[in-house]
Amino acid sequence: MEKFTRLCAIAVPPWRENVDTDALVRVERLFGAVPRNELGPYCFESWRYLPDRSENPDFILNQPPYREAQILLAGANFGCGSSREGAVWALAGQGIRCVIAPSFGDIFRNNCFQNGLLPVEMDFARIEAIARQVEADPAANRITVDLTQNAVIAPDGSRTAFRIPELRREALLEGLDEIELTLKREAQIAAFQARDAVRRPWIYQQ
Amino acid sequence: MAETLFDRIWNEHVVADLKDGFALLHVDRHLMHDGGGQNLLMLRKRGYQVRNPELTFATADHTISTTPGRADTNANGVRCLNDLRAETKDRNIRLFDIGDPGQGIVHVIGPEQGLSLPGALIVCGDSHTCTHGAMGALAFGIGATECLHVAATQTLVQRRPKTMRVNFAGIAPQGITAKDMILHVIGQLGTAGGSGYAVEYAGAAIRALEIEGRLTLCNLSIELGAKIGMIAPDDKTYAYLHGRPLAPKGALWDQALAYWRTLPTDAEAVFDREITLDVSAIAPQITWGTSPEHVIGIDERIPDPAGVADASRRRAMQAALAYMDLRAGEPIKGTKIDWVFIGSCTNSRLSDLRAAAGVVRGHKVAAHVHAWVVPGSETVKREAEAEGLDRIFLDAGFEWRDPGCSMCLAANGETVPRGQRSVSTSNRNFVGRQGPGARTHLASPAMAAAAALAGSIADVRQPGAK
Repeated sequence: MEKFTRLCAIAVPPWRENVDTDALVRVERLFGAVPRNELGPYCFESWRYLPDRSENPDFILNQPPYREAQILLAGANFGCGSSREGAVWALAGQGIRCVIAPSFGDIFRNNCFQNGLLPVEMDFARIEAIARQVEADPAANRITVDLTQNAVIAPDGSRTAFRIPELRREALLEGLDEIELTLKREAQIAAFQARDAVRRPWIYQQ
Repeated sequence: MAETLFDRIWNEHVVADLKDGFALLHVDRHLMHDGGGQNLLMLRKRGYQVRNPELTFATADHTISTTPGRADTNANGVRCLNDLRAETKDRNIRLFDIGDPGQGIVHVIGPEQGLSLPGALIVCGDSHTCTHGAMGALAFGIGATECLHVAATQTLVQRRPKTMRVNFAGIAPQGITAKDMILHVIGQLGTAGGSGYAVEYAGAAIRALEIEGRLTLCNLSIELGAKIGMIAPDDKTYAYLHGRPLAPKGALWDQALAYWRTLPTDAEAVFDREITLDVSAIAPQITWGTSPEHVIGIDERIPDPAGVADASRRRAMQAALAYMDLRAGEPIKGTKIDWVFIGSCTNSRLSDLRAAAGVVRGHKVAAHVHAWVVPGSETVKREAEAEGLDRIFLDAGFEWRDPGCSMCLAANGETVPRGQRSVSTSNRNFVGRQGPGARTHLASPAMAAAAALAGSIADVRQPGAK
């Protein structure tokens, strides 16, 4: 997994709450139709393109400074809906490494952590205050997200601390692979199943 | 110490405590749909085995055609199905293939085949896995990488969620379904209302629901923001499971039953959040916007964003009205529609089809409406045909199709055309969910049937609605 330590980048102001994972990537691009590392152009497809497939100039990610953004400032419940991990792959393909929102869809948040994308929870009033600084000069007024310090630094230098579970933080900082870590616990898993098969045999015998 | 249903199942499945609220949990049932072939190919690429193929079960639902005979299956669907067939065969995973009685939407066949058991921990790479919680299981959707983790280790790393109980006070009026009850909850609490929680549904109105209604109710937990929704098992649960193909039998059944009876939440157990909602006066629900929380009673008017203080919410509502081509303040009833879809893991079970057929019987679908019924599984299809439901739908002008997810998410190319309006018994009315530019109104099967006959959004309680 790609490491995440510190990022200083252009950020996109929030435009609405409840951005669902269908909006992040449409289902017909998934199920292997588009390779996972080529989903970037399909990120926010329904909003990003007009029916004739030309770019929608009103959509914020099509506007010059924001095209290069690596941070999304977002409304509440970002990534709600479907469990599709393609939503994270599409964001990553678009260049996004961090989403800052008041809350996230629970499955989406887990998927972020599996792909080196940092979900930061922050009060919406604070997000809006940072967004106003960004909007004054989006190309120059960059945001710093520092996972080594658990802090977001706004363009004016003000810091906002954020909380993240230590297990997730360590995995991001070190780029750890969860499957490899769990495979080291094979003896524990085998012991659990041996005990459990006595207590709940119907789970193991169909 | 007093425990909740959730606490008990979670604690039973902890293989290792990973601190900070995280645990390595044992997975009892790993269910796969036709995205599973992709995952197994990725697993192969990374050089991992499937640790417990006997605890893994697969079917095809998302990308397969539901055209009768599946004649026009799209190329990507064919590839997904072939990958799934080859990979499950090679890995010794049981596949419920096309035409098998066990084939169908994964969240329909789990309970139907007796795979989804009380007290079990069930995962699937699909957010509507919360459906299985209706059996008293701890079930949730996971991402593709998490699926690889489960396949390789039969475990999953998860953070313990908080607990919430939603109590239904009162008994729902005649004609009010589980779908109306849960849409009402989502309308009241919002689509983030259950975020971060495992939700247990309780109260007399829940006990009164049959298992299929409970499955519908738990199915929409994720639309409440809760990836886990559950209902304590009771005699209805045990009666439903008894004799199912993969349910325990003989002495194992007795042993399982004794265990299952110990699962329900203790009277003194405390939840992190507790909500009580009265369902005794609710009307049939219908969504007007592009989030399941954009829901109103059929007799209400479309809400006005101008009165909403929160700017982010107001913008979302304005965008929803524009996308849906609706005007604030107008009645929702009477809005002309083009499509009706009866199906999906929410509402495609036999009781759903009976409810819709009860409305349709002896009437005709409005001339301008395309109306589909897509049974949730091969078994549902056969049972419905045995009692003549297919004839009722066909005679009225519906299409009677083969089992799959179909137009709920349009992954198989079955879409509502751009700009057209659909009443759907599915679970999501997101922008483009049923196809680019499609406009979706969520409702119960009876409401969808009434809309098909009227050619517009109608109140199923009013005989004149047809």
